[in-house]
Amino acid sequence: MPLANTPTSVPVVVDEDKCIADKGCTVCVDVCPLDVLRISDLTGKAYMKYDECWYCMPCEADCPTNAVTVNIPYLLR
Amino acid sequence: MLERLEKGMDDLRAGLNEVDCDLLVIGGGTAGPMAAYRARKKNPNAKVILLEKANVKRSGAISMGMDGLNNAVIPGHSTPEQYTKEITIANDGICDQAAVYKYAQECYSIIEELDQFGIRFQKDDNGEYDVKKVHHIGTYVLPMPNGDTVKKALYRQLRRARVLISNRYMATRLLTGKSGRAAGAIAVNTRSGEFLVIKAKAVIMCTGAAGRLGLPTSGYMYGTYENPTNSGEGYAMAYHAGAKLANLECFQINPLIKDYNGPACAYVAGPFGGYTANSKNERFIECDYWSGQMMQEFFNELQSGKGPVYLKLNHLHKDTADHIEHILHTVERPSRGRFHEQRGTKYSEQMIEMHISEIGFCSGHSASGVYVDEFARTTVPGLYAAGDMASVPHNYMLGAFTNGAIAGEHAIDFAADVDFEEFDGAAVGIEQERVLAPTKREDGIPPNQIEYKVRRLVNDYLQPPKVTAKYELCQARLAEVREDMEERMMVRDAHELMRSMEVASILDCADMAAHASLYRKESRWGLYHWRTDYPDSSDEEWKCHVLLSKQDGKMACEKKAVQPYIIPIADDEKDAYYKQRITAQA
Repeated sequence: MPLANTPTSVPVVVDEDKCIADKGCTVCVDVCPLDVLRISDLTGKAYMKYDECWYCMPCEADCPTNAVTVNIPYLLR
Repeated sequence: MLERLEKGMDDLRAGLNEVDCDLLVIGGGTAGPMAAYRARKKNPNAKVILLEKANVKRSGAISMGMDGLNNAVIPGHSTPEQYTKEITIANDGICDQAAVYKYAQECYSIIEELDQFGIRFQKDDNGEYDVKKVHHIGTYVLPMPNGDTVKKALYRQLRRARVLISNRYMATRLLTGKSGRAAGAIAVNTRSGEFLVIKAKAVIMCTGAAGRLGLPTSGYMYGTYENPTNSGEGYAMAYHAGAKLANLECFQINPLIKDYNGPACAYVAGPFGGYTANSKNERFIECDYWSGQMMQEFFNELQSGKGPVYLKLNHLHKDTADHIEHILHTVERPSRGRFHEQRGTKYSEQMIEMHISEIGFCSGHSASGVYVDEFARTTVPGLYAAGDMASVPHNYMLGAFTNGAIAGEHAIDFAADVDFEEFDGAAVGIEQERVLAPTKREDGIPPNQIEYKVRRLVNDYLQPPKVTAKYELCQARLAEVREDMEERMMVRDAHELMRSMEVASILDCADMAAHASLYRKESRWGLYHWRTDYPDSSDEEWKCHVLLSKQDGKMACEKKAVQPYIIPIADDEKDAYYKQRITAQA
């Protein structure tokens, strides 16, 4: 059985102009309890790879450049 | 599959390393850091490893902090004897008081220690602790004005005490020796799938609640009350290691803000005059402290046609309501403010709709946990448990800290007197094969679908009221899903591998929830164990613990007598928590 890709709109959004992951920062990836953030090979910026979010906010609170915003997942809003 | 993937984060890599230590602490949330810290303080020469599935800086139930202590026993406000009595009554008599009493005696010194760490506790104008009454009988709730700094303060102490921290390692099985003693654990790196065998003279488990058991009604799998990282590994590992688990049928079910699924925090709002109300603006329970008896009244109100149920603050002065809102939106679950903003709800203007959470195991709020005594010892020698996963009832954050400290100090002394326990080396290979099986398949079912199905079945069949026929159906369906998990689950990277290991814990916990609930043929703890086939409590037959364990490879339950009370409970006191309903409305 092949696997399908079901789209979801992710709650964690990264402002790529502010994100300094391309300069070596990994703070948001490091602190996420669910380990759902990654640095993109294409852009060098952080992004939410897995939609498995507790909307708990360490990624936003600990980001040194205020690049991360945690939204409430659509299904809960 | 392993060799054809490229190198990079989440790519699966083959690997097996081995380390040893005097004490292994599994779980770096609340109890774990305190256990590791106290162990090192007591024996500065000991090698202590703190293993964490996420990152100790921000892991566990208090990832963002906590707004207060819910069970502080502070001289001048309450006594250990009063607290022990209250929790015995709140937990419907099923309480080995020794552990609760010891907690109550020790917790004030932990408050003083946390104060030294830089965590502030609210004081009144006279410099006295500003303790609030939320429980049915006594006064135990103490606000923490800078509660958002708890994890940072803990982390500083761990660094100072030079605890060895291993982040992003998920323990999957405990190792036990030929005598049955704890010998260490097997862990998997959550970003590479590489294995780590940790040999230890003593092991403390602090892996939190089984919070990903039921499915939130929003349908969002990670929108749970508990931090969803807490997927029940401790319960599953303890079970497979032969430890006994207590009163798993005493589920955790909480009154929460609907959809957001976070605490409505009557504990914070209550002392200011906020309360739980029905749709007619009427108060229907006297006490907003979370107990099964209170949840039963909550459930009854929802069924009565007077629902929904709300958190009511809009009768308070706007400044008061805004102040409460500020506390609630800053600490513990700060995204709550964003949720209400989007909904356009202001606490000073509207009542906030509440509902009943999904089920879980969590002794922090109820009583379902790995059985421990007053020294946090499980029934497996050398194996300890503390925090939400250990059986000390209604233990909350301060209980995790206090019992973590007790466990750390006892375990490090235990480790000093023993050598490494020999274990069967084949266990590691067997575990590698089990964990990696989903990586060997080219085709199959992804873990998220298996998890969704398990948790949907939990909601459909296991949520109280508990009906025997539904429970038996659930067991049959869970057995089918287990076959799918064992034969057909497929993962593509290390992240999915972590999820697949979590699914195994969730499924084990679902089976344990069903098994323990069917064994106790009475109703107790209000909604937590309401069996429609046995609607009454029977003290004669069931005023005992139910212990679940693995016997000859299968789940088995037994009764264990409640230890004679240290603090006696009078006949006219024992049902106090059943007298919650307000009958005559003002």
